[in-house]
Amino acid sequence: MSQANPSAWARWWDSDLVHSFRHSPAAVVAALLATLCVLAAVLAPWIAPHNPFDLATLELADSRLPPAWLETGMAKYWLGTDDQGRDILSALMFGARISLLVGLSSVALSVLLGVSLGLWAGFWGGRWDAIIMRTCDVMLSFPAILVALLIAGVGRALFPQAHEALAFAVLIASITLTGWVQYARTVRGSTLVERHKEYVQAARVTGVSAVRIMRRHVLPNVMGPVLVLATIQVATAIITEATLSFLGVGAPPTSPSLGTLIRVGNDYLFSGEWWITIFPGLMLVLISLSVNLLGDWLRDALNPRLR
Amino acid sequence: MRMELDRAAPLLQVKDLVVEFPTRRGVLRALDGVSFSVAAGEVLGVVGESGAGKSLTGASIIGLLEPPGRIASGGIWFDGQRIDNLDPEGLRRLRGRHIGAIFQDPLTSLNPLYSVGQQLVETIQAHLPVSAHEARERAVALLQETGIAAARERLDHYPHQFSGGMRQRVVIALALAAEPRLIVADEPTTALDVSVQAQIIGLLKRLCRERGAAVVLITHDMGVIAETCDRVAVMYAGRMAEIGPVDAVIHRSAHPYSAGLMASIPDIDGDNDRLHQIDGSMPRLNAIPTGCAYHPRCAHALPRCARQRPELQAVGQGLAACWLIDAAALAAAPGLDQSPSAIAALRKPHGGMAWVRDETQACASAVQPQAIAPLVQVRDLARHFDVSAPWLNRMLERQPRQWLHAVDGVDFAIARGHTMALVGESGCGKSTVARLLVGLYQPTRGQVQFDGQDAHAAFGGRDALALRRRIQMIFQDPYASLNPRWTVGDVVAEPLLEHALAPTRAAAQEAVVGLLQSVGLGAADLGKYPHQFSGGQRQRISIARALATAPEFLVCDEPTSALDVSVQAQVLNLMGDLQRARGLTYLFISHNLAVVRHVSDQVGVMYLGRLVELAPTRRLFAQPSHPYTRMLIDAIPRMRDHGRERTPVQGEVPNPLQPPSGCSFHPRCPLANARCRSERPVMLNIGGAQVACHAVQEGRST
Repeated sequence: MSQANPSAWARWWDSDLVHSFRHSPAAVVAALLATLCVLAAVLAPWIAPHNPFDLATLELADSRLPPAWLETGMAKYWLGTDDQGRDILSALMFGARISLLVGLSSVALSVLLGVSLGLWAGFWGGRWDAIIMRTCDVMLSFPAILVALLIAGVGRALFPQAHEALAFAVLIASITLTGWVQYARTVRGSTLVERHKEYVQAARVTGVSAVRIMRRHVLPNVMGPVLVLATIQVATAIITEATLSFLGVGAPPTSPSLGTLIRVGNDYLFSGEWWITIFPGLMLVLISLSVNLLGDWLRDALNPRLR
Repeated sequence: MRMELDRAAPLLQVKDLVVEFPTRRGVLRALDGVSFSVAAGEVLGVVGESGAGKSLTGASIIGLLEPPGRIASGGIWFDGQRIDNLDPEGLRRLRGRHIGAIFQDPLTSLNPLYSVGQQLVETIQAHLPVSAHEARERAVALLQETGIAAARERLDHYPHQFSGGMRQRVVIALALAAEPRLIVADEPTTALDVSVQAQIIGLLKRLCRERGAAVVLITHDMGVIAETCDRVAVMYAGRMAEIGPVDAVIHRSAHPYSAGLMASIPDIDGDNDRLHQIDGSMPRLNAIPTGCAYHPRCAHALPRCARQRPELQAVGQGLAACWLIDAAALAAAPGLDQSPSAIAALRKPHGGMAWVRDETQACASAVQPQAIAPLVQVRDLARHFDVSAPWLNRMLERQPRQWLHAVDGVDFAIARGHTMALVGESGCGKSTVARLLVGLYQPTRGQVQFDGQDAHAAFGGRDALALRRRIQMIFQDPYASLNPRWTVGDVVAEPLLEHALAPTRAAAQEAVVGLLQSVGLGAADLGKYPHQFSGGQRQRISIARALATAPEFLVCDEPTSALDVSVQAQVLNLMGDLQRARGLTYLFISHNLAVVRHVSDQVGVMYLGRLVELAPTRRLFAQPSHPYTRMLIDAIPRMRDHGRERTPVQGEVPNPLQPPSGCSFHPRCPLANARCRSERPVMLNIGGAQVACHAVQEGRST
């Protein structure tokens, strides 16, 4: 579309948001890093040097090799191998794939849930507001990890045999259920402000139905803070996922996420094989840091007071 | 003599002040060559519409320019000392000690965490070498001077325990605490009700006269200027348009902008002519026209006005920046009409069509609504709001439920094609009546009959849409009444699509263009967003949206109170035109009596949720009956009589949660007696008006 209308591209390039992005070195570096991580994860099946899930290619003789630049390292295992002879670099790429998948989908789901409930509570007020917001308070009084552990535990107990298949569903559900509260509270606050604005009253006087007012008038005007929150929450969700996996209630060892990799490597940390856990850890830091930096930039760029 | 004094001792001198805001799209010049001086003890008014740069001028003087704004050239001298380049410490010593400041919002200019006394003592001790005890005594004296009763006890109260007017008195006391020689007051009364505004202006005027302090009074209200100031400066687009003695500027404006501004203000004493309007609006800072910034809106612009910027030059007793002054001088050239009347006509505002009103019909509709079947009939309408604390707190503190009687029994009728106005101070319930009439609220009691049918029964029923189509509303705030993320086309099309009034999108589009044209906008505006329009244009869009369903009854809640006077005139004239063309019926809510006088056929005056007087407009303004109505009319600052002293108005609107017994106005009423304190008066027809007042009904009022 931008090609069809060159001025649209120019306008976009010149818009305040893009301008602020171009003039924020932290945001540009963060965006580059995040893009790199996402590309590595998305393209893993095609660009990874090895397939860590293909057991046939694993050689136990190659297990616990250090990174290539160390004395005993091998050039074909650039970041070394783990205890089963898997290439760390490939495992990282596939692990990031799972981490990102879980992070993004759980954030998407919690945005959906939180924004809907927050909108509903803020718009109707009264009883709805009380019920939804008190539920939020209850959710907030538990640490997110605890709730996630509970749900993961219950999920496991209920479907013991289907655990492998359900692991990701349980993981995403548990992160969603702890994450939606923030969106609900944010959106409810903005909705309380917006619903008293005169354009909403004008729509009511016209006879527009409540659901349409919520969807077409209020929703677009309360999404700004949600966007910022969601960006930062992606990082939080990835970390929560890693934590759960590290604790052994997350991604199964057969399809390891970054957290699983860190947990596996943790056992070898004191026997000197630091690379098995440090590289997944670095990857995790890299992803969450770049996403957080992007979120911080977005928050400042969208804040009219700082502009 | 004033000019002499000027030359002798200018206390404050601003010379060629240029204030710039660097942005990434270039440098915006917010003030461009502003020069003026203020003598000791003089009151200089600075007027102009929003965006004229008047607040920026004040902020530059007190050194509170918000970054990235900066003084690019020119300078400010106070008592011979240059102050615009002082370091923060020098500025701090100057501020408060020599220059005091009063801001618009009394709620935010006091720190809510400290008692009023602490703030006063702190200010006094910061600037004067006195002991804590002396400072406290001074604070008491200051509060007494500003008219706060029981000052010694009130000293320990916190800002939230004061009413709005009382808070502004405290702010004035703070500004005067160190006996400054100059006070910069930025819209000191704009946030206040008209009766309180009169008290504050009187106070400011008296205190400054007593202490010989000079005042720079920044306001958009010409009435306030006329009553308070010695000289007035008119600003436009960051430049000085005219400066001179207040009488000369108001009555013999040399600049067409000042003349237009004065003519567009509805006058409480004037006749019901159509308002003079200045087309267009104040330019944005990034699009200030070349030459004279006013030339695109000026009816008399010469070719030269677009090319060359006029400088301030002497005209009569003042200065004005306008090429027409030269044109008047050049009129001596052959071929040009040089009679004084022709030159005067050059500066006179153009336009002036009579706003025709059928007076007899208006009278009939107000007093005998039955004579013509009214379109809207309101009977004993009431709305109470539950403002109780949450039930848990209520149980713990054993509080009863609390009800706010926002509207408590209101009766009136509006005939088809007529305009009824509701006036009153903030909190009197006029906006609640508006929202009841359009069905945004359900009434607690009473009934609204629209064209013979019970409106609230219909709003809840199956034909709700059919009724909504006939009743529409125009809102106060043009910035909040349009969804910022919708294009103008979508905003205006929404009611059409919602009511299925347009079969296809193309038909809707066509209808929207027609609507936009009827309010003075065009097809080119369809795809724009609200933020691309000025306040007045947005209000036009709101009106176009309200007209989309071809309603018969429009409820207008303060439709012009957020607009500048020149734009207010445009919108009021447009509303008048539309009423005549479409036979619309209006309910016009306003706190501005001059505007009400201008637009309405009958007026209802509200006080604490009740009507106290209902009369045809002429009758109400010629012979106001109720003491509250008289007080309101008297409190309006007039443009006509400069320096008028008026009967002091007492008190403020009481807390509506605990309304006074009997007649709720009795604590402020000069005519109140024992009966007024115990018995609530009812509306009775007295000499062509309905009045709820014992004194009037008993004949004690004269």
